[in-house]
Amino acid sequence: MTAFGIRLPGMSSLILWGLFWEIIGRSGYTFFLPPLSEVIATFFSIVDTPAFQKALSETAQAFLAGVFSAVVIGIPTGILMGKNRLVDELLLPWVNIFLSAPLTALVPVLMVLFGFGMKSIIITTALFAVWIIILNARAGVMQINRSLTDMANSFGATPWAAFSKIYFWAALPEILGGVRIGVIRAVKGVIIGQLLISIVGFGALFELYSANFLMGHFWAVLIVLFALAFVLSEGLAALERRVSYYAAQR
Amino acid sequence: MDTHPIDMTRSATNASAAAAVSVRGVSKNYGQVEALRDLSLDFPRGQLTSLLGPSGCGKTTLLKIIAGLLQPTEGEVEVNGKPVTGPGPDRAFVFQDFALLPWATVLRNVAFGLELRGVRISEREAIAEQYIRNVGLAGFEKSYPHELSGGMRQRVGLARALAVDSEVLLMDEPFSAVDEQTRRKFQEDLLGLVAGENKTFLFVTHSIEEAVYVSDQIAILLPRPSRVSEVIRPSGLRTRNVSDIRRDPEYLDIVDRIWASLRSYVE
Repeated sequence: MTAFGIRLPGMSSLILWGLFWEIIGRSGYTFFLPPLSEVIATFFSIVDTPAFQKALSETAQAFLAGVFSAVVIGIPTGILMGKNRLVDELLLPWVNIFLSAPLTALVPVLMVLFGFGMKSIIITTALFAVWIIILNARAGVMQINRSLTDMANSFGATPWAAFSKIYFWAALPEILGGVRIGVIRAVKGVIIGQLLISIVGFGALFELYSANFLMGHFWAVLIVLFALAFVLSEGLAALERRVSYYAAQR
Repeated sequence: MDTHPIDMTRSATNASAAAAVSVRGVSKNYGQVEALRDLSLDFPRGQLTSLLGPSGCGKTTLLKIIAGLLQPTEGEVEVNGKPVTGPGPDRAFVFQDFALLPWATVLRNVAFGLELRGVRISEREAIAEQYIRNVGLAGFEKSYPHELSGGMRQRVGLARALAVDSEVLLMDEPFSAVDEQTRRKFQEDLLGLVAGENKTFLFVTHSIEEAVYVSDQIAILLPRPSRVSEVIRPSGLRTRNVSDIRRDPEYLDIVDRIWASLRSYVE
């Protein structure tokens, strides 16, 4: 982008908003918003404390386990629904209900069912992510060109070969889109799980900092989470772009 | 090679005895809609038979029934005397929209039929390389379909069908998605292929000129419900030089005759 004939570096708007934050913070307008420089300083002071590292590793474990189960369950289920009318009729209403349902309200039920530990957090994370992954995989398979299916049949492809060599790849752009949205939802799931179920990980840190009005700490952790979610999403978007060359002509 | 001598298997007299594919009393209904009604037709071995007709006359439906991709409501199809129950290695299909894997190279696409049949990778790639050369795509082995023109993509589709070495080649309007110049080149190449490959070709087209140019036998289908209205066998065109066929009086007569019988079906 250029302004007044000067070429601006990328992320210029981020610098501008950062300055804005700094000014508001320094004006002492509200205790709720300390200056950005203070938040960043706080971040470096807490980043190698055991509390922060424990929170990070607990969250990462729950997140990865939840996303992994959502992907491993979601993609085959979606492909199966796209290929099999009966399975589709059976499962689609549930997928649609859960996709739009306020899953946070289910968390107390999960607590009762699976206890107050890691297990419930992982299940919450997976529940947030899995539905959109299923729906996208299903949509990806349903738009596969009829002649690709005919081609597989005419050369005598076994169902497994058709699935692994054709359907999965032909649906890959949609599948990756679903995984990307699913991962973003999983970030919400893991934090909500940690806040509601058992006060562990970043959930515990949030509780601690906000209850003690440590706003610098609070914002530092929040920025870390936002940044992690953003990097994950951009990484998957880059992966999506790598297959987009064939998304237009399948 | 420009001229194609007529040998015994290609002469008209013993065509029915040497039928590679025969269709017997085939009907196909989609719910209340009759796509095909009691259709019977023989496809002589080693020759090219066109299915010609206006759009919606069920030519592609018939081709897919022969391929085993669709089941007929009634009647049966025999390939080399064996009834068709599904797709089989004795038939290969060339698709109108090419049906290539966009994420795979030309080499893998051409070898894909063999890959699905479990041929080892070194063996199938050797075969594929040979057919890539035969269709004139040498040097494009590592290219992806989106880097090729429509005509080149269809050459990939053709090479894939040839690579599995089926006796019967089913071609569903293979040249309709390529430009006119490329199509003419394809038609000439197809004549060389029919003469050289000793395969039976079934060719669906809606172009009268194309059908007369490439065919040993033309089956004209009329719509709603489809039946074979006429079978025409050009007698002298195959001995002509490929570049002289379009000036041959027989070529022009047959084109006119087919148009006369089809024109009333065109809205």
